[in-house]
Amino acid sequence: MNIVTVCGMGMGSSLVLKMNIDDILKQKGIKAEVEACDLGSLVGKVADLVVTTNELKSQVEDKGYNVAYVRSVIDKKALETIIMDAIGNLKK
Amino acid sequence: MLGELLTKDTVRLNVKVKNWEEAIRMGGQLLVQEDAVEQSYVEAMVRAVKELGPYIVIAPGFAMPHARAEDGVKKIAMSLLTLESPVAFGNPDNDPVAMVICLAAVDHTTHIKAMRELAVFLNDADKMRQIKSTREVNDILALIQV
Repeated sequence: MNIVTVCGMGMGSSLVLKMNIDDILKQKGIKAEVEACDLGSLVGKVADLVVTTNELKSQVEDKGYNVAYVRSVIDKKALETIIMDAIGNLKK
Repeated sequence: MLGELLTKDTVRLNVKVKNWEEAIRMGGQLLVQEDAVEQSYVEAMVRAVKELGPYIVIAPGFAMPHARAEDGVKKIAMSLLTLESPVAFGNPDNDPVAMVICLAAVDHTTHIKAMRELAVFLNDADKMRQIKSTREVNDILALIQV
């Protein structure tokens, strides 16, 4: 599974998101490649799931990806719920 | 690594700012004083919010202004401000902001270690509570070192 985390520059919130998602998936025993990127580099990337913040919704939602939105990139508990729900929906 | 970047020179507590822009400039100025970034980088951090929106408010009450390495970064650096009165950045989810960490990264990989430590730190509710209540830089530095 390919997951891409996105933020404006590709090195702030997307990187923190990537690290937290890596940790969560490792704990759950789910294998996935998680990559952080900036908004400009997203188009063309192959991703089963894109994860970004609510704030960037308008810039990501019409790109044809499955997108999960988070309020906080550092709240791991909330992030875990959102990610596991999103992954569960992918499998349906 | 976080402990090497956040020092008595790059941490300011209970600062007074009128708005988000002043907060970014104040945090950015600490990076300029460290000789870690050019003045142009401070402007780029402000411009990023104006152009891309207040997405740098990445968690409730917490903003992480940054720009690109090519906007004038000389070396990896961070600065931390706590605000006496929280200010709005225009982010409906996470306003108002009480803590600002400005970030200067030379590329997308070298600051990963510092960011990982920062992510763990920000996730630590006890430490975050202490940071909000303390007025001594040394107390904050002790929290960061551990």
